[in-house]
Amino acid sequence: MSDKPVFKKILIANRGEIACRIIKTANIMGIATVAVYSDADRNALHVKMADEAIHIGSSPSNESYLVIDKIIQAALTTGAEAIHPGYGFLSENAEFCNQCKAHNLVFIGPPVEAILAMGSKSSAKNIMGNANVPLVPGYHGDDQNPAVLKKAADDMGYPVLLKAAAGGGGKGMRTVMHADEFDQALAAAKREALNGFNNDIMLVEKYLLGPRHVEIQVFCDQHNNGVYLFERDCSVQRRHQKVIEEAPAPGMTEDLRQRMGEAAIRAAKAIHYEGAGTVEFLLDTQGEFFFMEMNTRLQVEHPVTEMISGQDLVEWQLRVASGEPLPCPQDQLHIHGHAFEARIYAEDPDQDFLPATGTLSQLQTPRENTHLRIDSGVIQGDQVSVYYDPMIAKLIVWDTDRAAALKRLTEALSDYRIKGLTTNISFLYNIATSQAFRSGAIDTGFIEQHKDEIFHQRSDDIKYAAPIAAQAILHARQQRAKALAAGSSEPNSPWHLANSWQANSSAKPILHIKIGTQELKVEVDSAESNPAVKVAADEESFNLFTDRGVFHCSEAKPDLGLQDNYADGNLTAPMNGTVVTLLVESGTPVSKGETLMVIEAMKMEHAIIAPANGTVTEFFYQPGELVDDGAELLAFAELEETV
Amino acid sequence: MAVINSKINTKSSDFENNYQSMQGIVEDLKTTLATIAKGGGERACARHESRGKLLPRERIQALLDPGSPFLELSPLAAHNVYGEDVPAAGIITGIGRISGQECLVVANDATVKGGSYYPLTVKKHLRAQAIAGENNLPCVYLVDSGGANLPRQEDVFPDREHFGRIFFNQANMSAQNIPQIAAVMGSCTAGGAYVPAMADESIIVKHQGTIFLGGPPLVKAATGEVVSAEDLGGADVHCRNSGVADHYANNDHHALELARRAVARLNRVKPVNGDIKESVDPIYDIDEIYGIVPTESRVSYDVREIIARIVDASDFDEFKALYGTTLVCGFARIFGYPVGIVANNGILFGESAQKGTHFIELCAQRKIPLVFLQNITGFMVGKQYENEGIAKHGAKMVTAVATANVPKFTVLIGGSFGAGNYGMCGRAYDPRFLFMWPNARISVMGGEQAAGVLAQVTRDKYARDGKDWSAQEEADFKQPIIDNYEHQGHPYFASARLWDDGVIDPADTRMLLGLAISASHNREIEETKFGVFRM
Repeated sequence: MSDKPVFKKILIANRGEIACRIIKTANIMGIATVAVYSDADRNALHVKMADEAIHIGSSPSNESYLVIDKIIQAALTTGAEAIHPGYGFLSENAEFCNQCKAHNLVFIGPPVEAILAMGSKSSAKNIMGNANVPLVPGYHGDDQNPAVLKKAADDMGYPVLLKAAAGGGGKGMRTVMHADEFDQALAAAKREALNGFNNDIMLVEKYLLGPRHVEIQVFCDQHNNGVYLFERDCSVQRRHQKVIEEAPAPGMTEDLRQRMGEAAIRAAKAIHYEGAGTVEFLLDTQGEFFFMEMNTRLQVEHPVTEMISGQDLVEWQLRVASGEPLPCPQDQLHIHGHAFEARIYAEDPDQDFLPATGTLSQLQTPRENTHLRIDSGVIQGDQVSVYYDPMIAKLIVWDTDRAAALKRLTEALSDYRIKGLTTNISFLYNIATSQAFRSGAIDTGFIEQHKDEIFHQRSDDIKYAAPIAAQAILHARQQRAKALAAGSSEPNSPWHLANSWQANSSAKPILHIKIGTQELKVEVDSAESNPAVKVAADEESFNLFTDRGVFHCSEAKPDLGLQDNYADGNLTAPMNGTVVTLLVESGTPVSKGETLMVIEAMKMEHAIIAPANGTVTEFFYQPGELVDDGAELLAFAELEETV
Repeated sequence: MAVINSKINTKSSDFENNYQSMQGIVEDLKTTLATIAKGGGERACARHESRGKLLPRERIQALLDPGSPFLELSPLAAHNVYGEDVPAAGIITGIGRISGQECLVVANDATVKGGSYYPLTVKKHLRAQAIAGENNLPCVYLVDSGGANLPRQEDVFPDREHFGRIFFNQANMSAQNIPQIAAVMGSCTAGGAYVPAMADESIIVKHQGTIFLGGPPLVKAATGEVVSAEDLGGADVHCRNSGVADHYANNDHHALELARRAVARLNRVKPVNGDIKESVDPIYDIDEIYGIVPTESRVSYDVREIIARIVDASDFDEFKALYGTTLVCGFARIFGYPVGIVANNGILFGESAQKGTHFIELCAQRKIPLVFLQNITGFMVGKQYENEGIAKHGAKMVTAVATANVPKFTVLIGGSFGAGNYGMCGRAYDPRFLFMWPNARISVMGGEQAAGVLAQVTRDKYARDGKDWSAQEEADFKQPIIDNYEHQGHPYFASARLWDDGVIDPADTRMLLGLAISASHNREIEETKFGVFRM
């Protein structure tokens, strides 16, 4: 490859980890970088890493990262030749692509025609059908009369999937298991689509059972060359959001890989594609695959492809965008080993993945090396705000085979220490250590199917973890006691011992332990043996990383009855967000469990529920108002119990 | 360094036999104590818990620092005394750590006869207070008791060492700045009402604790007033109106947390004086004691084998090793604390008594606590010895033991007979703690000897009357005496009557001594002024 920089300077129209990721490659290639940032990102890592940074507006993305004019202006001001859109934001925005062209800026991505062709799912399907790419049976018509959509669904048989034509990221999408759920699901999906994309055109598709999400990374240059960089299996999803991705796909055969790869190239060529693209397929249990959609951008999960192919996809993007031919022909591309990517999010899996916000008071990552890569846009002390995607980092691991790579993944997850907000690390660890995931038996229903195991709802898991947790508690207790003894004026005193010693007693110490939400009494066998598991301890609680998942444990605090004195109280916001609606009148009696108000955050709705029978005496916020995490939302008076 | 070189062969059949025998005795002790630890039985415990109350042992657990050792005192109290089960005399006492400080805990067990005070309950409560007073330990009372056991009031109420002494002690300990903290977790009636009222700080649990001089039945009988226990003396009454209690607890756990906080703010620092070193385990396993102590108490053995398994690094610096050899004296450490050990290795002669006196003087001078290992059939008798003044030599030792103003700790590891018990710091000599091994025996003399003495007296009477006394008659005469001595000399009999602070597994000896010695350091050791030694 030539030493001459493909561009002298590029602007990255994005933030967070992907902006940092792009800057890294640009640095290696000797390309100057321009970052853009909103108010909230003033001190963000991508701003610090870039050579220049331009402020483009206030924190909400529709006032900054989504404002085309400001970004074009930033590029022109700084003299950038090209704009890398990253993923999300403007990456698949045809208008943005046009504007770049109009201002003589290179859009590092496909031609606008390709974006348009794939941007509408229905038109994409037509094109793919014509290009002989297999399609899932479905209705992609323009007639959006609910009755027509319903009939289409009835015809192809349930379950069906409703998808927003302009959608992505799982929004505006609903699975309909039975005909009688259809109307409601359609209305909800349309509402979401309208909110999310300003377009509520819906597709109806046959919902495949046991399907896997296997996607092919394709790359095309301006010289009519196209290659595929193999597949990624992104089957492990929740709410249609990818959780853990891997490459190659477990159980993939050479033959199937080639057929899928070639179909993906056909798809790309059918729209005269250029640059990095991903063709997503559903792969059923029979080995049949169907085109889902094509993403005309770099994917979040591209690092797994980089790890197994040894290629830098951002470098490829930059070269291809500058007009160079593909760095590498198909026959020189090979798979080496196995890679996983786990997406570490600020969210609470135990509370239906409620996004979390706050300050990363501690962010200690496992050490990066040739086997382990972390793509992140935040450092310790940063905020995870309400304005953007709450992803903290992508943890990518590689090893020679799947089992070894998986071991690295679980190791690395157990080495991650994040404090200040809730993360999904335990959830990821539990998936990675589950039997089914180890065996590679994954499909898109994986999490739903194995939720009891993943969320430790099985009594077996608690039974397994309890003695280990007890040992860990005793061990920590003794460590504390030793430290206390060492610092005292009589370190020799046997009163420092913390082994619950009693004369003549062979009674074993009893601990009250909390594992997850369950409290149990555990008789401990021996205080001496060290648990052979990793323990990540906080002041109050600790995580136990075991072969059977991670368990959040603590010594159960006795109930001091303190809440007895506070029957009345005010309800607080679970996170930063916006008030959507107030569902009851203040002063009207409500019963326990009734929804009082709805808050929207991270594009998801959260209900504020009546904690008891009583009345709301006052609402402190009105619809449309922003609320901070922990803010008092309303005053609630509990009804006097008459016993 | 003078490490004791053990000559015990742990593979010998003697060792094996002794071991099994002791193990059997210890098993019996543990089984007996496990039953006692269940308190008033399943039904009473279930009823207690159904009221939202914790069992007394759970209360103590929650009160103490997590994992703190608990040096329980006299759990065998009232065992087989009253013709009805009164486990642990209905009161649990002991020393444990609260907020980093060694405290004396007294907890009524309401599952045992409603926590009412039997005579031995009173004795146990007073003994616990005595330990607190002598060792300067803050007292925490977890009160849950109906008060004096009315049918037995004559042995509970009137005397000097009866119920009233509890409050006398509270007042006087408070005067010495030995903190008195009470948590009322159940009823606290009549005289019992003074426990929280006399406390420096008191806590009461809402809907559970009640304090009143006269309960609702008495009030109704006396004045006709009908009033509920809660309105008469509940937490709200005493925290809001009367001021009898200081802290309002929502439940048992809350009360215990408040008690912990009360201890945490006492502003006390344990005085740690003397040359204290790191604790080192003995080089021999302590449970080998099982195999050393002979099944037959008449068989002698070298007490140094026991010392070797109790003291740090088995390191024992003997004093006058070659003189008066039936008493072994020497310096050692237990859990790093310096101690002087006085141990019997046979019958006491004049020389051994003089040696013991000298050694006790040394320890008192140097403020080194004394540990007595008693295995003594008594002072030597006979013409020669009386002529040599065994009585005055014994008296010297008794004087030294009685007046030595250092903490004394006594363990009865074998026989404890006659004046030997006095010279070796028996109960009457106020050792800070006194424990008994389950193989030990205590009486004025051995059963055989007593029977022999009494038989001799009888035979003389028969002879004076010119009557014949057959061998069979003599045997029939002696046997009940021997049996009675055996019964009353048994450690359970002794412990049931609070003649000791507990019967212990010999393998726990080192640990108990360590805890006890450490606890004793809460009071600074004072100068000794000995009495007149008869020379």
